[in-house]
Amino acid sequence: MLLFLLRRAFSSIVVMFCVVSLAFVLIRSIKGGPFEREKTPAHIVAAMEAKYQLNGSLWQQYLAYLGRLAHFDLGPSTKYRDWQVSEILAQKLPNSIAIGSVAFLLASTLGVLIGSFAAMHKDQAADRVAMLAALMAISLPTFITGPALIAIFSLWLGWLPVGGWGTAQQMILPAICLSGPYIAYIARLMRNSLLDVLKSDFLRTARAKGLSETAAVVRHAAKIAILPVITYLGPLAAHLLTGSMIIESVFNISGAGSVFVNSIQNRDVFLLGGAVIVLCAMLVLFNLIVDLLYTVLDKRIKLHG
Amino acid sequence: MASSTPAQISRPDGWSLLRRNRTALLSLYTLGFLALAALVGPMLMPEELKSTSDAQFLPPQSAGHVLGTDLNGQDLFYRLLSGARVSLGIGVAGAFLSLVIGTLYGMVSGYAGGKVDAFMMRATEVLQSVPRILFIMILIAALDDRVKDALDAARLWAQEAKWPAMEGFFRDAIPYSRILVMILSLGIVEWLTMARIVRGQVLVLREMTFVTASRAMGQSPWGVLKKHLLPNLSTIILTYLTLTIPAVILDESFLSFLGLGIEDPAASWGSLLKDGAQVINPLDSKWWLLLFPALGMSVSLLALNFLGDGLRDAFDPKSGD
Repeated sequence: MLLFLLRRAFSSIVVMFCVVSLAFVLIRSIKGGPFEREKTPAHIVAAMEAKYQLNGSLWQQYLAYLGRLAHFDLGPSTKYRDWQVSEILAQKLPNSIAIGSVAFLLASTLGVLIGSFAAMHKDQAADRVAMLAALMAISLPTFITGPALIAIFSLWLGWLPVGGWGTAQQMILPAICLSGPYIAYIARLMRNSLLDVLKSDFLRTARAKGLSETAAVVRHAAKIAILPVITYLGPLAAHLLTGSMIIESVFNISGAGSVFVNSIQNRDVFLLGGAVIVLCAMLVLFNLIVDLLYTVLDKRIKLHG
Repeated sequence: MASSTPAQISRPDGWSLLRRNRTALLSLYTLGFLALAALVGPMLMPEELKSTSDAQFLPPQSAGHVLGTDLNGQDLFYRLLSGARVSLGIGVAGAFLSLVIGTLYGMVSGYAGGKVDAFMMRATEVLQSVPRILFIMILIAALDDRVKDALDAARLWAQEAKWPAMEGFFRDAIPYSRILVMILSLGIVEWLTMARIVRGQVLVLREMTFVTASRAMGQSPWGVLKKHLLPNLSTIILTYLTLTIPAVILDESFLSFLGLGIEDPAASWGSLLKDGAQVINPLDSKWWLLLFPALGMSVSLLALNFLGDGLRDAFDPKSGD
């Protein structure tokens, strides 16, 4: 177990290193640096680049950046000059985490429930309607469903506020909109997985000893059938908690998703690097939790390094 | 959709399964009709409808504009059809590029086996943990100038070579260079699923006796891949191609909606929706600018996913989701 954790820690550092390097090299090799867009004279650009350690060859810049990262310093933002990257992230991330965790809870619980229900009523009307709705939810982009939800619930019925941030009511529509496709995806995953498990021998035994179908599913099948869903939940959590650009722009929320877009548009190297690191760290963390959950749910699975 | 009874011993052939799937067939016809309309429609429309005019924001059914006009006074129906052309075109071309990369990668990885396979699969896992949209955006930024420069160089070369038709073609193509950039960026990023699926299939096929026989007869690895593996992979590749197209279209429209993708004078469903969203306000909603692009996009994405699901049920029944 300890060996597993150590190995995992090592491989996650390697992965994060690769991804950050890729992002840094790519963004620095794009024509137009962070200071060149404002029609500033060349000597000022050079001075700014020197100040931010973005001068010299790409290799030197990269080493300087890695050196700073090794001291747990994400560096300053080249666009918002008075701000450190860590300060910007600390300001934007909590909003995204709040909305993301609500969406995550919605997606995982509703998805599993709908999927199980559909599997237990395979090929009946309820199953077909649920799967049709699921495919529609997967196919429709959030920038169509978002405005449609606003039009119906805010403008037409007047039940919920149009946008903004702060109250619980303002979180309902964005959370539904954000989780919709994932509810659908998890429902499909759960349905297919449960259908497979329902065919297995230990469930025939459970039914033979007189358990009702619902009890058999709840007590025996669900635990195994949920494993593929759990695998999917790891990356999903990381993805949801780091913010969605579309949801933020549609519902007018200031979150981390816009940080990504703006950092690329502004060639804000260090902000992009910091955002990529946070995303990768979340991904690594949640994948680790997934692996640990596996051993709890299925005793046959052993973790070895 | 797999309505196989337990008594059935051998599965029926995939194509006949597909032909029995009414939703998938309906989707196929819808897509065919849409593609035809997008390709031929703009050619049949009168020129004065296509150009910009002073008739801004005309509502549908007015002055010969079936679906109304947009900010620049252009006919929305025409914009929609050319947007469908771009969106579907990018979807197909981007998915095809990812198919070529993914299939080659998966075939080499699966067939080589051993350490090479382990390394190549490890590499895809690293790439999988890369935030996808983020790298598409970086690639777009990186490729944008380069593609424009390349087109300009080609134009100058045609000018040197005294080839006016070619020169005109490249000059006209420069404002549309984003389309090429989007195809490249999306294709370069979307191939991971395809590579994994193809590798899995190759691992199974590799152990089959006809492959061993072919190898024993002295066929080179490339020969085996081309002659025996590729034909056996074709249906699964087709299935995942159909499922990759809506994913590419979705990403393209997502980026265009954010203003990072397709730009004027070209249009795509995402950029049309962005234009519509920019002029909307509660007092004077120009609903047609949002409703029709959204409808066009939803219908084609739904049809593609239904068709892809039908293909998967027919040819890859084990994989589920």
